[in-house]
Amino acid sequence: MSAVGFIEAAGRRTLGGVAEAGYLFMLFAESLYWLLVGPFIRQPVRLPNLFAEMMRIGALAVPIVFLLSFANGVIMAIQGIATLKEFDAESQVVPGIAYSVTREFGVLIAAIVVAGRSGSAVAARIGSMQLSQEIDALRVMGVEPVRYLVAPILLATLTMLPVLTILADAAAMLGGGLYSSFVLHISLTTFFERAFEVLVPYDVVQGLIKSVVFGGLIALIACSNGFSVVGGAEGLGRATTRSVVLSIAAIVVADMIFTYFLTR
Amino acid sequence: MTGARTERADAVPAAAAPPAVVRVRGLDASYDERRVLEGVDLDVGEGEIMVVMGGSGSGKSTLLRHLLALNRPARGSVEIFGRDLAGLSGRELYALRRRMGVAFQGGALFNSLTVEDNVAFPLREHTRLDDNTVRIMARMKLEVVGLAGFEKLMPAQLSGGMIKRAALARAIIMDPALLFFDEPSAGLDPVVSAGLDELILRLRDTMGVTVIVVTHELDSAFRIADRITVLDQGRVLVSGAKEAVRNSSHPRVQNLLHRRIEEVRVNADEYLRRLTDDLAGL
Repeated sequence: MSAVGFIEAAGRRTLGGVAEAGYLFMLFAESLYWLLVGPFIRQPVRLPNLFAEMMRIGALAVPIVFLLSFANGVIMAIQGIATLKEFDAESQVVPGIAYSVTREFGVLIAAIVVAGRSGSAVAARIGSMQLSQEIDALRVMGVEPVRYLVAPILLATLTMLPVLTILADAAAMLGGGLYSSFVLHISLTTFFERAFEVLVPYDVVQGLIKSVVFGGLIALIACSNGFSVVGGAEGLGRATTRSVVLSIAAIVVADMIFTYFLTR
Repeated sequence: MTGARTERADAVPAAAAPPAVVRVRGLDASYDERRVLEGVDLDVGEGEIMVVMGGSGSGKSTLLRHLLALNRPARGSVEIFGRDLAGLSGRELYALRRRMGVAFQGGALFNSLTVEDNVAFPLREHTRLDDNTVRIMARMKLEVVGLAGFEKLMPAQLSGGMIKRAALARAIIMDPALLFFDEPSAGLDPVVSAGLDELILRLRDTMGVTVIVVTHELDSAFRIADRITVLDQGRVLVSGAKEAVRNSSHPRVQNLLHRRIEEVRVNADEYLRRLTDDLAGL
């Protein structure tokens, strides 16, 4: 590729990225509008839709979030104890797990699970509705797709991801605690007592703040990729994949930025 | 318009045309660089059945999207019930859309809802009727389209013809003044398709609804139309009463009517240029 061609392509991608960010923001603003103003102009966001999304995005993700977080807690305990042994400071594994789980890994695992499970499902669902003209049908029936589809998904993700994060925190602490109690010959109660000695509410709040941001990113990226589907089954597959890759990338980058400001 | 030239006595004369429900003037549309509609005019009077006919790529689907306010005109105007769509606020468009019903080509039924809930959907969104009333009304419309007894089925369990009937039931649930039907006979066998045509005629006669049908099917078009507009490569070739279209002297219309394949005349230089245009070293 020639230099000019390269610069041209880079410019086009940048423009595309800016346009997409603008679209995400517009989806967010419109969803907010329908959530706040909708009830007063007799076009509310339907509660049954909201509950259905909360069920799909939140409740049904509980087993997998629990399992992965538990495993993550065990992994952290194994690595932590092995590393700290060199300094004869195995017992310091407790604050290590407590801080990293509540501030970082609980929310990260919950968010990645939701991005993989629900982000793809949402993109595929909206995408297939787009292909079968169901989105057009909503529009011509005077039902704004953002109100009917996006707003409930956004609100459900914003509320359920913090809940899943608390669950993930608890599961990871449990996993780490169980492993440590075996290896270090302390009781699980002692583990949790020492963990809560070092933890302050702000540690958990950090994770929760992140979870709200990640939830918004997942929902908006999934919806916008769903709406953008063109070109039949192949396009649908592409949008679904793109939705997952993009939302996980967005989560990790946003995590880095937020950690810089929240934890230092 | 070519239609005026060959007007017949049995046709609805243009002079006595009822008040216009749809009025399109000089509509241009394009996707990216490609022109899809060029200077399209269309008038549809109250209570008439207008069939917009054309092959694939003629621009008829794009015209439909403009009539439904799903696309914005690049140039020209689209008026529905005397209101220019371009100048409508969100709320005005919302009010206008409650007077329109649309049956999409593939039905566009919501996959997660039963047939009855699909048909009842607009009522639940736009009215405060109690649930029993909503269900009774939905069942009445299903009865009208001949789907009584299929309320509890999911869209995936329906045949092609049944999907179109269910979509039609949903389109008329709010008793619209203007009904759109996209390709009513596409993908159906002739008998089922004729049944749907009958249904459209009956709806017009019983409800007095104005109907715009978009189709590429000749038989269906001539069976139901009061007037026909023939689109070809984004332009209106002829628009007028059935007979006027049938007798149109326009060669492309006659080709379409007699399913003759267009003779493609190619300039040799042009052809060579097209083949080699973007090749390097030539």
